[in-house]
Amino acid sequence: MLAWTIYLSFLGALAVLIAGNKRPQAVRTIALLTALVGLAISISAFAQHRGGDLLTLTRLRWIPQLGIEYHLAADGISLVLVLLTGIAATAGILFSWNIAYRTAEFFAFYLALIGGVYGVFLSFDLLLLFVFYEIAIIPKYFLIAIWGSSSRSAHPGHAGSLREYAAMKLALYSFAGSGLVLAGILAVWVVGGHTTSMEVLSHASLPVHFQMWAFPLVFVGFGVLAGMWPFHTWAPGGHAAAPTGASMLLAGVVMKLGAYGCLRVAMMLFPRGLDPWGFHLLGLGMISSWRDVFALLALIGIVYGASVALVQRDFKLVVGYSSVSHMGFVLLGLMTLNQIGLDGAVFQMFSHGVIAGLLFAVVGRMVYERTHTRDLNELGPLRLGRAMPFAMVVFVLAAMASIGLPGFSGFIAEFQILIGVWRSFPWMVSVAGFGILVGVAFAWRALTKAFFSGGTSSSSEHPLPPTTLPEYLGALLLLGTTIAAGLCPRLMTNLILPSLNSPLFEGLRTGAWR
Amino acid sequence: MAVIRVDLVELLRLTLPEIAIALAALLAITLDIVLAKRTSLQARLHVGLFLGCVGCGIAIYLAQMTPAVKLPDGMMAITPLTTLVQTALIGLTILTLLLCDSIRFTEHVGEYLGLLLFATVAMLFLVASQNLLLIFVSLEFLSLSLYMLTGFDKQRRQSSEAALKYFLFGGMSAGFLLFGISLLYGRSNSLDLRELAVAVSGHKPDAILLLAIVMVAIGFGFKVAAAPFHFWAPDAYQGAPATSAGFIASSSKVASFFTFAQVVTIGLAGAAGASGWHGFQPGWVPVLTILAALSMVVGNLTAIAQSSLRRLLAYSAVGHAGYILLGMIAHTPQSLSALIYYVITYALAALGVFGVLNSLDSKGVDRLASLAGLSRRNPGLAACMLILLLSLAGIPPLSGFFAKFYLFAAALDSGARLGLFWLVLLAILMSAVSLYYYLRVLKQVYVADAPEDAAVVRVSLLSSVAMWVIAGLVVLIGCMPNLLLGWIDRSIGILAR
Repeated sequence: MLAWTIYLSFLGALAVLIAGNKRPQAVRTIALLTALVGLAISISAFAQHRGGDLLTLTRLRWIPQLGIEYHLAADGISLVLVLLTGIAATAGILFSWNIAYRTAEFFAFYLALIGGVYGVFLSFDLLLLFVFYEIAIIPKYFLIAIWGSSSRSAHPGHAGSLREYAAMKLALYSFAGSGLVLAGILAVWVVGGHTTSMEVLSHASLPVHFQMWAFPLVFVGFGVLAGMWPFHTWAPGGHAAAPTGASMLLAGVVMKLGAYGCLRVAMMLFPRGLDPWGFHLLGLGMISSWRDVFALLALIGIVYGASVALVQRDFKLVVGYSSVSHMGFVLLGLMTLNQIGLDGAVFQMFSHGVIAGLLFAVVGRMVYERTHTRDLNELGPLRLGRAMPFAMVVFVLAAMASIGLPGFSGFIAEFQILIGVWRSFPWMVSVAGFGILVGVAFAWRALTKAFFSGGTSSSSEHPLPPTTLPEYLGALLLLGTTIAAGLCPRLMTNLILPSLNSPLFEGLRTGAWR
Repeated sequence: MAVIRVDLVELLRLTLPEIAIALAALLAITLDIVLAKRTSLQARLHVGLFLGCVGCGIAIYLAQMTPAVKLPDGMMAITPLTTLVQTALIGLTILTLLLCDSIRFTEHVGEYLGLLLFATVAMLFLVASQNLLLIFVSLEFLSLSLYMLTGFDKQRRQSSEAALKYFLFGGMSAGFLLFGISLLYGRSNSLDLRELAVAVSGHKPDAILLLAIVMVAIGFGFKVAAAPFHFWAPDAYQGAPATSAGFIASSSKVASFFTFAQVVTIGLAGAAGASGWHGFQPGWVPVLTILAALSMVVGNLTAIAQSSLRRLLAYSAVGHAGYILLGMIAHTPQSLSALIYYVITYALAALGVFGVLNSLDSKGVDRLASLAGLSRRNPGLAACMLILLLSLAGIPPLSGFFAKFYLFAAALDSGARLGLFWLVLLAILMSAVSLYYYLRVLKQVYVADAPEDAAVVRVSLLSSVAMWVIAGLVVLIGCMPNLLLGWIDRSIGILAR
């Protein structure tokens, strides 16, 4: 049943194309129904699943000559992310309700992207995973290039070209990253005995020297999409240029594809790649394995992303850079290699997916499409706190969730990651904690500048359009999710922890796991 | 496979597919002359198309019936594999014929279609021969037909210019090839590839053999447009009528690559050498490695700078030639299978793209910008373009992706210790580059707004049937690679694992 999330999304994409640009209302309804059914399926699968067993959905011989199977399966980690995809997809469609230009094509690309994302989270064959991973690239390009906006405040006069630039940059970064992944997959196919089954490969103790170079190759390949510093530069611009629904998906689930690939492919199949090299890089005691290297990059990403977000004038870029910072926590959590850190990393994937979606919804849909500016200095005089109380409330709550206040999912996630980091890299905790502080600062700054800086000009001259029903629904869906996950984290951890303890991650536990 | 005595009746029986197509070609020309004064151009075109398609259909049937056989001196060597390649070639010809439905540049449709069919006959002989002389003769037969097809649009100067350039380069390459063949003949005293293989195996290649290898590589390098012998391709692609260019880019690529692979992997099997990272040995593999690396880099990087769509396609074809050469460099049964899979799927996509251009041709399409807003002027055509270009870029689930995966996997799998990893990595990086220029085209199609005066594009029925068949095949073979792969593997004799 869960496999139908994939097929339904692609069928939905076809259906909206058939409905055509001339009937936007039908198109929106079809798209919303598709996403809702996907969400319902993933919720029911999520609720039914107990423990972390691998649940095989479909297993067919696909290309037997090369030992490639059509193998869809789900364990707890996949289910958490499938649920996130369902929520983000539904909310994204609600916040794209006002798309009027080439509506059918918009939702066709959108649903195709969703189908690819579901596919990645449910694939247990390397080639199949890669196929879905690449399917997700092309729709992203068109969503941004055709329907995107551009930061007019920063670069006046280059509206169209800047948007196309951001879209192309994103597509090329993704494709180059996936090229590295493809090289890794080809190599593991040869070395691992002509199979791409992730179940088989996770038990096939591959030679250590091979894992040592395949691990960084694949990790960096996926890390590009996860916003890993210094390969993150596509992310803020891409997010800022994308239409609201697409940036919600980009930050919400597409960046998770990269992080998921890091965990599921790079770390699960090449666990010995995390072992110490046996020498110190540059004579520094602290860098003696790929694990240290990537932990350090993640740490830089956390502080760098937050600091850059602190000085942005473009509201959307603030949120864009905050994503880089928060995804740094995911990567740092992965590199702790202890149970609580990994659990926190997966939890953070879910949490950030919801919160980033919410932030982009407020900034992109509620504010920008009404005020037509994202410049924080121009937003101040509009007194949005008075003019748009709902947007203000949602953004305040989202910012609270984003900076990790208790009661929201962000708190549980980052708290677990920090404990994990404390156990593995004690000195990094202080730096990561500093990153959180900067995170509080930029959220506070954006909040006051956009909503609470008392201006003189009265907004009553140009009353802003009122908040629409889809916006209320989408915001409530996302807010409810982050609060539910924050108040009852066991919902997630009950699935994530057993999966991390399953035989699939055997190599990681017996190898570098401490 | 039995070596049989040459018997005229037997020979006729073996060449029945070629005869069927040749008859169709002659009939098309004759009927065209007879009908010229009485009927309209459109009717004559359709008569010719009908004859050609019927001839090709019969030829496909006959090709399946032809037994596996080898004539003395390898004059004809029909194997299940050659039958497969022949079938693919005839299929591509049928699709090309259907695309010709909308040609408007000439009144001599009979001759044009006849030449297409004769070129097909030449290709059928080319792939079914393991004799150096017959290979050379068939190759020249094919090339002469292609030169004429290139120059057929007599109203445009570029067409004649392209034909002349193509002819001059082609003639020179034929000289190189012939020189190489004569050196090889001197080595083995035989024109049969199998006997040549016996003569060159066993000892390290000497200077004469290496010279012969280089000459053969140059000769075929011209034919398959591998860098640095690719200079004719952009001009020919740009100047030729779209259907001719599509034919050159698809069918003739398949035939040339297959023959090139046969010559080096069968005839020069003993002088392969190696170009792995750890073990370099002289032979034809290092020569082809240079060609492959150069083609990938030059083709893909030059394509970025093109503003003419056809030149862009030509340079991307150079890049693809680089990937395909990987299949020869690896020279295992798997890599041969991957090569054939790649070249067939590539040919389909390339033909389809030229089909789209052909439908737009009356509007003078060549600049990228003239595709602007195609998705709103003709959504179907734009969707075809999307599918085909993404397949060329290697995006799953389209056939071009799996072709690349299989080819690269087979290349990595050959030899020991992932020796070809450096070349595969280069290929992967270059295919990431290729996405950039394919997306530039698609940006015009989907993102850019159509100019105010742009008319709705109309496509003739047969052409759109052909393009949808091509796009459908690209998707189908991509989602289920097994359909084609199983067939190729059975013909080569690779057992399914």
